[in-house]
Amino acid sequence: MTVAYGERTVLDRFTLDVDPGSWTAVIGPNGAGKTTLLRALAGTVDHRGRILIGGDAADDLSGRERARRMAVVPQHPVVPPGLRVFDYVLLGRSPHQGLRFSASDDDRQRTADVLERLHLTPFAHRAVDSLSGGERQRAVVARSLAQDARILALDEPTSFLDLGHQFEVLELLDTLREEHRLTVVSTLHDLSIVGQFADRIAVVDHGRLVAHGTPAEVLVPELIADHWNVDARTKVHADGSVTVAVQRRRPG
Amino acid sequence: MRRRTLHPTERPSGRGQGTTLGAPWLVGGCVAVVAAGLVGVAVGPVSIPLGQVVRELLDHLPLVDVDSTLSATEKAIVWDIRAPRVALGLLVGALLAGSGAAYQGVFRNPLADPYLLGIAAGAGLGATIAIVTESRDAIGFVDPVPFAAFAGALLAVTAAGTLSVRRGSVGSPATLILAGVAVANFFTAIQTFVQQQNSETLQQVFSWILGRLATAGWGEVRLILPYATVCIVGLLLSVGTLDVLAVGDEEATTLGLRPKAARRAILVLASLGAAAAVAVSGLIGFVGLVVPHAVRLTAGTSHRRVLPLSFLFGAAFLVLADVVARTIQSPAELPIGVVTAFVGAPFFLVILRRQLTS
Ligand SMILES: Nc1ncnc2c1ncn2[C@@H]1O[C@H](COP(=O)(O)OP(=O)(O)OP(=O)(O)O)[C@@H](O)[C@H]1O
Ligand SMILES: [Mg+2]
Repeated sequence: MTVAYGERTVLDRFTLDVDPGSWTAVIGPNGAGKTTLLRALAGTVDHRGRILIGGDAADDLSGRERARRMAVVPQHPVVPPGLRVFDYVLLGRSPHQGLRFSASDDDRQRTADVLERLHLTPFAHRAVDSLSGGERQRAVVARSLAQDARILALDEPTSFLDLGHQFEVLELLDTLREEHRLTVVSTLHDLSIVGQFADRIAVVDHGRLVAHGTPAEVLVPELIADHWNVDARTKVHADGSVTVAVQRRRPG
Repeated sequence: MRRRTLHPTERPSGRGQGTTLGAPWLVGGCVAVVAAGLVGVAVGPVSIPLGQVVRELLDHLPLVDVDSTLSATEKAIVWDIRAPRVALGLLVGALLAGSGAAYQGVFRNPLADPYLLGIAAGAGLGATIAIVTESRDAIGFVDPVPFAAFAGALLAVTAAGTLSVRRGSVGSPATLILAGVAVANFFTAIQTFVQQQNSETLQQVFSWILGRLATAGWGEVRLILPYATVCIVGLLLSVGTLDVLAVGDEEATTLGLRPKAARRAILVLASLGAAAAVAVSGLIGFVGLVVPHAVRLTAGTSHRRVLPLSFLFGAAFLVLADVVARTIQSPAELPIGVVTAFVGAPFFLVILRRQLTS
């Protein structure tokens, strides 16, 4: 698959397989093309080449069907002024709704369930644009969960969250993934967190896939130095997860 | 995928959670419509007590038989003069406010109004041509002004829509608005030209432009009822879509919507309603702006609430404005557009201020 914005090729002959039920983290430095990759997956940017979702060519799926299969959390979500959290999360149900005046009881029930799981129930009546950055991000994740899709594509879902909420949201996604065999594709900046949650890591730099494999295979000091230009120590744990500690480069 | 079924005791209730409509508001809207309607029928040069109005209306319901003790003249006033005018006011008010809410949602701009995209200018041109050519005499039995205004309005909207489309793809909201501005200027130029050529009908043209709810029996109501029904039902079915459009085209796409097609469909519905409203009432300003805005400030911005409440409160507001218009200088009538602006603007400011201080 190749994606270009006008003259500029941002993803160059990119090929990536994502196993159903896996958590694939897409990592890479700023401007590498991670968001572009997720946008191509979501069908919001023109691309050349093929995208298969569960064996079907994505271009052949209707927009609604695609939205029922894949939910997207954008890096910079648009927050409609004044919309209440409940109504915002209810938007996730729209690929399942026809043209109708009021949402079905089932849709409202599912929305309420998701709010409960993300501890957003106390905020249900607040306007989304009155929430803090982290609360808002949880609302966006809640909307994607309400979509009930098998595939979740998340672009920096934790960038505004404090450490505790980062782990909480990622643990929740991991639990849901296991319970429902969801496939998660997410970009994440924190390499240490990536090493603990992802079971597959794809490294993107300058629009190309430069490494793809398990955390232990990919997160090695040389690769991190090559693409991020920092020194790091990595520790592989018995369960295959990897923690990364980045060190300051001392001059001299 | 099925979500894990929560244990019954921990199952939170979906009902009452930021409910789609907010039942108290809906009830309030219906009460406002009924109250405004009764006042509209009761008040006038010949005042008829409210109780008798209620009785007289009830009497006309199937299976109800009460005697209103109204004289034959009073019955005629109620049924042939006031009721049609109130019905027209309800419809026009609902259409203006509802289409305003839809325009604002589609363009994601709270200042968009139902006369955007050249509707006002197109209707103005159509009406002016009909008035100056005195085609009433030519046709004889029906008033050609509303038809001409309706045709002009639809022509202008279609022109704006077509001009903003390039190579089969629907243009962005900004392109559409710019095309609307260009079309409106063009139509207004022609309208002014026609009007200046025929200065003897100037007064008539101006009175049409300022808007009025004058009726002759049920003709106008019957004329716009089909368009009103299509517009109201269609927009009420689009409330979910309008909410999705609020998150922008890219996210709307990931939620399974085709934003451009959806926007276009909603614009067609709203424009049909707005064009029908101007066709019979001229240009009544401010309703399409103030009512949806007041609704959003008090009841939240989900279109599941904004649209139904705009229809209801728009209807009530316009009928009450009409009562003021025809009583304040009685027996003379003030143009209703003057009243909507005069009443609407301060009301709007009060709500805005309250919002700012809270
Ligand atoms: N609409 C666009 N038009 C032109 N260039 C774009 C557009 N969107 C992104 N780009 C460019 O494409 C490249 C990849 O962008 P992308 O958003 O995919 O990066 P990213 O890997 O998500 O970066 P970050 O980590 O900062 O989010 C960048 O150089 C960016 O400037
Ligand atoms: Mg990005």
